[in-house]
Amino acid sequence: MSELFKVSSNPHIRSKVATGGLMAAVIIALMPATGFGIYNFGPRALAVIAVTIASTILTEYFFGLYKGKLTITDLSAVVTGLLLALNLPVTIPLWMAALGGVFAILVVKMLFGGLGQNFMNPALAARCFLLISFPTAMTSFECDAYTGATPLAALKAGEAVNVLDMVMGRTAGTIGETSAIAILTGACILILFGVIDLRIPGSYIVTFTLFAGLFGGHGFHPAYLAAQLSGGGLMLGAFFMATDYVTRPITIKGQYVYGIILGLLTGIFRIFGPGAEGVSYAIILGNLLVPLIEKYTRPTAFGYRKGGKHREK
Amino acid sequence: MNNAGERLYNGLVKENPTFVLMLGMCPTLAVTTSAMNGLGMGLTTMVVLALSNLIISLLRHIIPNRVRIPAFIVIIASFVTAVQLLLQAYIPALNKSLGVYIPLIVVNCIILGRAESYAYSNPAIPSLFDGIGMGLGFTFALTCIGAVRELLGAGEIFGFGLMPDSFVPIRIFGQAPGAFFVLAALVALQNFVKNSRKKAGKSYEKIGSGCSEDCMNCSEKGCTKRFYDENGARKAAEPDKEGR
Repeated sequence: MSELFKVSSNPHIRSKVATGGLMAAVIIALMPATGFGIYNFGPRALAVIAVTIASTILTEYFFGLYKGKLTITDLSAVVTGLLLALNLPVTIPLWMAALGGVFAILVVKMLFGGLGQNFMNPALAARCFLLISFPTAMTSFECDAYTGATPLAALKAGEAVNVLDMVMGRTAGTIGETSAIAILTGACILILFGVIDLRIPGSYIVTFTLFAGLFGGHGFHPAYLAAQLSGGGLMLGAFFMATDYVTRPITIKGQYVYGIILGLLTGIFRIFGPGAEGVSYAIILGNLLVPLIEKYTRPTAFGYRKGGKHREK
Repeated sequence: MNNAGERLYNGLVKENPTFVLMLGMCPTLAVTTSAMNGLGMGLTTMVVLALSNLIISLLRHIIPNRVRIPAFIVIIASFVTAVQLLLQAYIPALNKSLGVYIPLIVVNCIILGRAESYAYSNPAIPSLFDGIGMGLGFTFALTCIGAVRELLGAGEIFGFGLMPDSFVPIRIFGQAPGAFFVLAALVALQNFVKNSRKKAGKSYEKIGSGCSEDCMNCSEKGCTKRFYDENGARKAAEPDKEGR
């Protein structure tokens, strides 16, 4: 009897995937959108991205020093900073970008207990903070190449938009949201790496398409739907923000429900709301509903009756 | 009059209604968009609080126990109505900027709370000073929150521009979320100071005064007059356990 049965408490199977690896995959997947943003908007975009990432990393570092627990090596601060920068217009003053980074890490993430405890997506919360605080700076999408309203605002005003430009990304907008192709390339990388699956983005986009078709006033016109889908932050939000591991539901049924809620909210904000864009607010509101969704979609444990607490006899 | 001083200190610092007791959150969050609004709201509440405490304390032997809450509300509402009429007559600008929050002082839980927990069971003069102390604490807290929000949200304090011209107002501080941020930050700061003073060995809670007969809020654990002594109760319970 040389082989002993060792008794230990669970978990018995551990994944080799660590937070750092996942975050690195997300950063790699964001590279096409980032690269296109810098190509599209020029070197100032690079400056905004660098300042935002530096501010998130430094905030996390100093908070870690104060708490005696350094967590910057898991790269989550880099992802937050990069996502926030991709959601900012290129003309934003650099100190505002830095303030947004500090808000994302300090108020939304660290004060609630760090990674895994934040109740909403830090990058999106910071974007909404900046949007409410500095409405002018956050919505002026003027740069050398493209001046004027975003395609979504033009669409809402009833003007014609060039759908091909919108899919390619040669339009006004925030740094990372303009090119649907670059974002979809990154999303494919994430799906191939197995970091995300299509449950949330799929149900989100399908619901939103149906909503826009039914209530948008243009019916299921392909050009209108394509413009709605590739305009604004929908693609970036659906693939990179809504799928954030911390702030999405963990139950499979709940993820479909979450995606449908996000689609409905985005549709309501975009079509019936005063602004042209609503992805950030939709995802933040969806984040707040996640505990409720999880409560009602809890799967039944093996051997238990559906919905009941008692074992089957 | 040592008791009166103790009551003032209690209201301003030890049991500050906003930062420690967390009472009256609705006006705290809603009207503190500027330092002036905070100050006005605080002083208005203080007048009502002091006078209603005084009257309720004087009437405490007459008011039947079972209908005391309606009686308190009637007294408080009378003072609020009087104060609102005075504000409308003499400071119409403040009345306009505070709006519906002046009639809402009637249901401010600080006032009802002090009537119930202090004025109804204490003599008139300490009750008056309890009201003034609590009111000053409330005024202080509201003015602090208002000043910070006005400074960040508009770059001014009491209407005077303090920030350089290059300062861009952070608008969120003038809106509802900013009230929560500033309140949370100030409460955290106050707790930080309190804890670090405790660590340094300085007694922050102790005050050199006689008994306030307010055992619920008293920090003297070993007091013989205390109607519920935690240590004594535990000691009394222990022999019973060992006996079994």
